[in-house]
Amino acid sequence: MTDGRHTLDVAPLPTYAFGNRGLIWWGTVGFMVIEGSMFVIGIVVYFYLRLKVTDWPPSLPNPDLRYGTINLVVVLASILPAVISKRAAEKFDLPRARFWLIVLILFGLAAVVLRAFEYTTLNCRWDDNAYGSIVWVLLSMHTIHVATDVVDSIVLAVLTVTYPMTGPRFVDVSENSLYWFFIVAWWIPIYLTIYFMPRWL
Amino acid sequence: MREADDRDSGSWIPAAKTSSPAPTLTSVVPTRPVRVVITAAAFAATACSGNQAGLNPHGPIARSVATHGWALLAICTVVYVVVMVAFIIALGRRRQDADDSPETSARLTRNVSIATALTVITLIGIAASSVVAGRGMYSPSGAGAITVDVVGHQWWWDFQYHDITPSDVFTSPNELHIPVGVPVVIKAMSSDVIHSFWVPNLMGKRDLIPGMVTNTWIQADEPGVYRGQCAEFCGHQHAHMALNVVAEPMDKFQAWIRHQRQPALEPVTDQERHGRDVFMQSPCVTCHAIRGTDAGSHVGPELTHVASRLTLAAGTLPNARGHLAGWISNSQSIKPGNRMPPNSFAPTDFQALLAYVRSLR
Amino acid sequence: MTDAMALERRQMITSADQERLRRQLADTWYVPRGIIGWFSVADHKTIGRRYIITAFCFFVFAGVLAALMRLQLAVPNNHFLGPDLYNQIFTVHGTMMMFLFAVPVMEAMGVYLVPLMIGTRNIAFPRLNAFSYYVYLFGGVMLVVTMLMNTAPDVGWFSYVPLAGPDYSPGKRADFWAQLITFTEVSALAVSVELVATIFKTRAPGMSLNRMPLFVWAMLITAFMVIFAMPTIVTCSSFLLLDRLVGTHFYNPAEGGDALLWQHLFWFFGHPEVYIIFVPALGIVSSIIAAFTWRPIFGYPAMVMSLVATGFIGFGLWVHHMFATGLPALGLEYFTAASIVIAIPTGIQIFCWIASLWRGRPRFHTPLWFVLGFFAIFVLGGLSGVTLASVPFDLQVHDTYYVVAHFHYVLLGGSVFPLIGGIYFWFPKFTGRMMDDGLGKWNFWLLFIGFNITFFPMHILGLEGMPRRVYTYPDNMGWNTLNLVASAGAVLLVLGGALFVYNVVRSYRWGLAASENPWGAETLEWSVSSPPPTYNFLHVPVVEGRCALWDRSADPPIVTGIRSDCREVLVTDVMDAEPVHKAEYPAPSIWPFLCAVVTSAFFIGSIFTPWALPVAIVPLAVTLIGWFWPGKKKERRRDEDAMPVMREVRA
Repeated sequence: MTDGRHTLDVAPLPTYAFGNRGLIWWGTVGFMVIEGSMFVIGIVVYFYLRLKVTDWPPSLPNPDLRYGTINLVVVLASILPAVISKRAAEKFDLPRARFWLIVLILFGLAAVVLRAFEYTTLNCRWDDNAYGSIVWVLLSMHTIHVATDVVDSIVLAVLTVTYPMTGPRFVDVSENSLYWFFIVAWWIPIYLTIYFMPRWL
Repeated sequence: MREADDRDSGSWIPAAKTSSPAPTLTSVVPTRPVRVVITAAAFAATACSGNQAGLNPHGPIARSVATHGWALLAICTVVYVVVMVAFIIALGRRRQDADDSPETSARLTRNVSIATALTVITLIGIAASSVVAGRGMYSPSGAGAITVDVVGHQWWWDFQYHDITPSDVFTSPNELHIPVGVPVVIKAMSSDVIHSFWVPNLMGKRDLIPGMVTNTWIQADEPGVYRGQCAEFCGHQHAHMALNVVAEPMDKFQAWIRHQRQPALEPVTDQERHGRDVFMQSPCVTCHAIRGTDAGSHVGPELTHVASRLTLAAGTLPNARGHLAGWISNSQSIKPGNRMPPNSFAPTDFQALLAYVRSLR
Repeated sequence: MTDAMALERRQMITSADQERLRRQLADTWYVPRGIIGWFSVADHKTIGRRYIITAFCFFVFAGVLAALMRLQLAVPNNHFLGPDLYNQIFTVHGTMMMFLFAVPVMEAMGVYLVPLMIGTRNIAFPRLNAFSYYVYLFGGVMLVVTMLMNTAPDVGWFSYVPLAGPDYSPGKRADFWAQLITFTEVSALAVSVELVATIFKTRAPGMSLNRMPLFVWAMLITAFMVIFAMPTIVTCSSFLLLDRLVGTHFYNPAEGGDALLWQHLFWFFGHPEVYIIFVPALGIVSSIIAAFTWRPIFGYPAMVMSLVATGFIGFGLWVHHMFATGLPALGLEYFTAASIVIAIPTGIQIFCWIASLWRGRPRFHTPLWFVLGFFAIFVLGGLSGVTLASVPFDLQVHDTYYVVAHFHYVLLGGSVFPLIGGIYFWFPKFTGRMMDDGLGKWNFWLLFIGFNITFFPMHILGLEGMPRRVYTYPDNMGWNTLNLVASAGAVLLVLGGALFVYNVVRSYRWGLAASENPWGAETLEWSVSSPPPTYNFLHVPVVEGRCALWDRSADPPIVTGIRSDCREVLVTDVMDAEPVHKAEYPAPSIWPFLCAVVTSAFFIGSIFTPWALPVAIVPLAVTLIGWFWPGKKKERRRDEDAMPVMREVRA
């Protein structure tokens, strides 16, 4: 054919996209849904077991609020560096994105340390009874997420220093903040369940 | 354990007690040859296909479900045939050019919609039949229900008949006697894992779940022996956890109750007395109770009236001397994995033991 | 979103251009060889093939176990298998079929076919795809080893507590079961996330959602079901492991736990599980009927809505497995209603297929025979399922051979028959050779007749009171004849299975060479060579209609501008597949395999000690970092795409 083939030329398109226009977002959100489902089940099991008995916590004092609440404040505050880091990444502002990512990591480390204190001041052991079992599991599921995301963020921070930052790498920084929002968001219902349900129900 | 509701109706013998004298042995328990015949008949009865079959009902629950079941099977057969015929026609028909036209598409759309509508109507019919069949399934409607507890064990059943007089409480392992025509409420519990109580000729199954009490009821409209079996996988010998429901006329039932309430019959012969001594000095007493003696352990089935039962080992063996001997000496070869170890005795001791156990009618 | 119109141009493409492109693509999308190379592959076709072959190996193993069961049950009071061995065998048969065969093989069909059907070069997150295969493989090998060492799980594929709990199942048997769940669910969840991302975001331009093949819709819905259902069983089996290993009390009634909690959690997963196995088969049936009637499937919107409805409603049925547990009657009625309602979307699909067959001209090759077998068997199974929805009826047949008959009719008829038909259908694409059609028909009839002889009598056995999960039965129950008949049928099934394997092996070596599109089918995988090149498409196509190949115009547009010197793919919009950006997929790598080894060692170690977790953390972190660390070489090639600000910032 003299005038060539009918084509769709995508050469001008960029090699990255932020948010749900890009591919990585879908993987991140996919895992968020999976992990979120597990949190939902944990909370459902907590209420299922609660409705089987009259005394709750069974023969145990209410959990001590101190470290859990401090941790709540810390993770809620950590939203700020996560937001700034995300916005900076979306504007390709490397120094700002990198700085606030490191701040986020510090908040995350603080959360992990506080979590250790939460465990030591819990009102129960996992093998005391079903209440103890579900409280430990709920807390531990969240702890594992916090810890792994802190490690993730540290690796990412190292990459921002040692690696040529291209479009897709900025997308990674943005997605990292998204996952951190997920972790913060889930602490709220888990915190309320562990620390306040025994007082309210 | 939590109770769903604590409705123990106290005395479970509806009729007033008569003042007739205590039954003698022969008036209550048929003589030996007759017993043999009954035992054999119980086993033979199960040979007719129909025993342990839900579609061979002998009680109101099973009857209602069986009717519904036949209706379901009829509906399903009709639907299957219709769908298959449509399918075969679709495959075999000669194609025409008009098949790809919009008119044909519209016609096909209409037909699919009609088929869907018919499906919905049929399903509503099935649901309605189910609701009707299920009415009354959950609690008995007849008056004068009696209550029996069943406790499931790996791998036997313990039926406990209560009474206002504590000393009249007794258990009947693996054999549930009920009066004909009277609803019997069953409160079901488990001492270990989940089992399921099921006597298909009379009722659908109800699980026995540790940590809770589940309720069901059973009623037979004709006298007979109805076999049931555990219907929830409960370990090694799930396959050999059967039971017999003996439905008899009220007077026979009451006579049975009165007899079961009695402690164990005293041994009559020297051999039987020696057998009792052998029993008391052997590992048997660690698991088996015999009311009226010092043997009081409830780990295993109570043996107070073992010789009056139709079967041994939860429906696994007919209750006959040879089978009893095999069971005592090596139950593991019959029901491998069950909790009873093999036992060996000196020959004379063993004969005496057998004679004693066989005397516990 | 870029307006696709702005990207349209006419370009001269000579055959020299094509040749150069072909060489570059083959070079870029290479599949590594050698030992290290074998473990580094990240190509969806290779991984998909491995998954399918591995799954069929498990199918054969579990099938042999079933044959042993039927030998034991052929006569009453049989001593061929004692109770302990029989209980291990029936547990492993069920577990292996459900977790190691049925779900993985369906996901594998999706892994292989979906990227081809939607016009892209690879599945999204290809290294995760490789990782999921190895995790699946190691889990399955673990279970096989337990079977060979007489320490296989023996409490049923559903592993009810308290029987499976620490008090009544000493040893590690139940732990192996619970951890196998973790292996297979991690694997399936990973694949599902990949499938969702691939289907939503990497479809060829022009393939809007309402132009997607029905098989792709089926895989999409299946992936969503996996994502929402499987976390439940991971949680519930983990609770069991914790109860057994560290003394938690989730299922211990004496300390506030609950035996029924297990059943709720298990069946909340367990019921969608069977739809996870069934829905992909519905997609296969649609593919085969379309190809062998040379017509699009009748009622595409209704078919899609039915698949979606099945996926949703499937989550609301689980208590129908618990009708005998004494739950409140009103609640049970709801589940009866839902269990009946789900028959409606399935019925709609059956009617649409009958309409498709009615107006098309069926060509009776082997794949279509298996679809016909699906109809005859599955419809019966679906009807017995509707009867089971009725509580009073269910209370008589629950836990009897009636249920065994029902689920084999729906699983074997509803999933395995379409699957085998699908293998006959896509074998030319996978291998470049045709399977023998004559042997295929023998294969079909052996399996069809053998299946019905084996499983139909079981309906009657259940109605006659034979419970399930029993290693033997007494002589005088009237069950002898039907059990013998069922066992005889099993012989035919074994022969049919053997013939299938023979046909596969023989055709692989000596089958007729296959062209691109031997069946004249309409989906995109049939537009490339058989087997496809490693890069799938020389040019990513632009799709012009619902039947991509039949609706092609005389001058079909193609996509240009995707780089061929690195593994670049086109990412498009969810609804209309308009091009959005280009993404670079990672090169093959050994790290996913290493990570899978560490993960598997961690899973197995944690059966024996909780210290496995702290020990595994560092190796896990190392392998994960190795996996995700961006490769240097290709990143440098991307410099020109780095934002202008990079050049100032690089410090």
